[in-house]
Amino acid sequence: MNKISGIAASAGIAIARAFILEHPDYSIEKQQVDDAWAEITKLDDALEKSRIELEAIKDRTLQELGEKKAEIFESHLLILSDPEFISPVKDQIAADSLNASFVLNEVAGQFISMFENMKSEYLQERAADMRDVTKRILKHLLGLNYVSASEISEEVIVIAEDLTPSDTAQLNRQYVKGFTTNIGGRTSHSAIMARSLEIPAVVGTQEVLKQVTSGDLVIVDGLAGEVLINPSEETVAEYRVKQHEYDLQMAEWKKLRDEPTVTQDGKHVELAANIGTPADVEGVLEHGGEAVGLYRTEFLYMGRDKLPSEDVQYKAYKTVLEKMEGKPVVVRTLDIGGDKELPYLEMPKEMNPFLGFRAIRLCLDRQDIFRVQLRALLRASVYGNLRIMFPMIATLGEFRQAKALLLEEKANLAAEGIEVAEDIQLGIMVEIPSTAVLADLFAKEVDFFSIGTNDLIQYTMAADRMNERVSYLYQPYNPSILRLVNMVIEAAHKEGRWVGMCGEMAGDTTAIPLLLGLGLDEFSMSASSILPARSLIAKLSTSEMQQLAATALTCATSEEVVELVKNTLGE
Amino acid sequence: MQKTFKIIDEDGIHARPATALVSAATKFKTTESFAESNGKKVTLKSILGVLSLGLEKGDTLSLITEGEQEAEALETLQEVMISAGLGELHE
Repeated sequence: MNKISGIAASAGIAIARAFILEHPDYSIEKQQVDDAWAEITKLDDALEKSRIELEAIKDRTLQELGEKKAEIFESHLLILSDPEFISPVKDQIAADSLNASFVLNEVAGQFISMFENMKSEYLQERAADMRDVTKRILKHLLGLNYVSASEISEEVIVIAEDLTPSDTAQLNRQYVKGFTTNIGGRTSHSAIMARSLEIPAVVGTQEVLKQVTSGDLVIVDGLAGEVLINPSEETVAEYRVKQHEYDLQMAEWKKLRDEPTVTQDGKHVELAANIGTPADVEGVLEHGGEAVGLYRTEFLYMGRDKLPSEDVQYKAYKTVLEKMEGKPVVVRTLDIGGDKELPYLEMPKEMNPFLGFRAIRLCLDRQDIFRVQLRALLRASVYGNLRIMFPMIATLGEFRQAKALLLEEKANLAAEGIEVAEDIQLGIMVEIPSTAVLADLFAKEVDFFSIGTNDLIQYTMAADRMNERVSYLYQPYNPSILRLVNMVIEAAHKEGRWVGMCGEMAGDTTAIPLLLGLGLDEFSMSASSILPARSLIAKLSTSEMQQLAATALTCATSEEVVELVKNTLGE
Repeated sequence: MQKTFKIIDEDGIHARPATALVSAATKFKTTESFAESNGKKVTLKSILGVLSLGLEKGDTLSLITEGEQEAEALETLQEVMISAGLGELHE
């Protein structure tokens, strides 16, 4: 047996024979032809075959996935018959007596680079549609015969380098039990599709295509992000049990999707999700998230060569707010620096980047950058329930300064006649011990706190979380951390403020009972942890968890705390 | 004939409305339809042409029809622009 690790893109376990989905070799050479008209006829023929294929895919997508997903193929059909695309191809074939595939590929390439160079991100992505259509025509022109995803007629696991939008749309849910690809990440198109189709998927394995041949028995473990090739009978039996357990559990969790999160004794807490891009909202709603507890805006700034404009940001924030339909969305202002760099800002290397010029420190210094983000946020605020929080606040002065800038931009927008929501809550991340210690004073000025445990732990323990040699000091259950969390929650509640948590700890099933006992109001985690967390919380009683937490605060070590939780939950 | 619109959709003219515009223009076989913006003029019967204008919110777009059914064609196109919330008439 062979085991490969990848990214768990869609949960669940699938066991079936491998189906290698190959994309043919489109290598095309420039050739002179004797009969240009014959080439043009070949092209017409290929276009017609592509049209028939696309009509069929469109119809099926319409039936299985709805109008919105089918629209993409309507555009593909228009491209296929676009006079600006097809006429120049025919003209050039006739004028230069060249092979159709070469000319088609050249002309398509011009459109692809046109889209790639466009200002709007949306239009840049249209290059993928152009590529998809071109490949379809080329396949017929070159007479490449390969089985497409639509022709699968038995239960399989699809193995591919990557899946294009049309591949995923062609997957027949009845037969495709799971898939795994060499490339891709959690938010790649194929991963998102897998989750909406609820097919287990592992992406980004880098080598699954090399290791698997058609007909191999494959297990896709979309929970652990692993692919097992030709497992033993025992392993298959073991995974069949896991699969069954998962399916049972899933059915139980799903019942909770539209339910509020309530403890046994009736206390409601809010389960929110952490997101990085507007596209992630889909997953939040799918998993029954009651809010977005942390929208990491730095992804808007990364992977590009200059700062994102006010409009680019405004659109992203507006999309998230609209998609959440009035549910709270906590947006964290730019948190860059530390381990996250922006090449175009040309920030000098630092000795201790985590203790350096980052997050709010950078924003207060580079007000040109910060004000643009604040304006974009304020403009978007009218489309939903926006809450804004500042990261890495160490002193009251920093918070006051950030708030003053926000108010200034609000006044500027008002002067320009632009509408801004009136009820925007303003909060801070608590990730520096100084802020936790002064929480009683902060609580008089902020609307809420969100505890960022990843950083709070590293600063409290003075241990770089990137450094493996001190990784043993990354201790979420250390009583010192619990005491700080307790301090923040008590101080906030005294002033009538609410406290959330948006670090890894909030979704951790060992930490949840403790945090519930400490009185945490909002838990923000990765979307896929929400339903398990809701299911756990429904089984707990607040009064018992308060006792548990009170005892945990008196423990001396992290191990004692873990032991205590286990004993209390009867594990 | 010609009418000018101001793009009001946040996403500009994206694939779905472009598809609707091109489909509408293509129905009028005896009428030539064009889209003009920022000094660039393209046939409205080409989705790639329309997308190549790279229209964003706030841009102005002129729709031009020439031929037998030019009035009817222009009216249909205007209907698409307005009903899809893409743009508003700009005088």
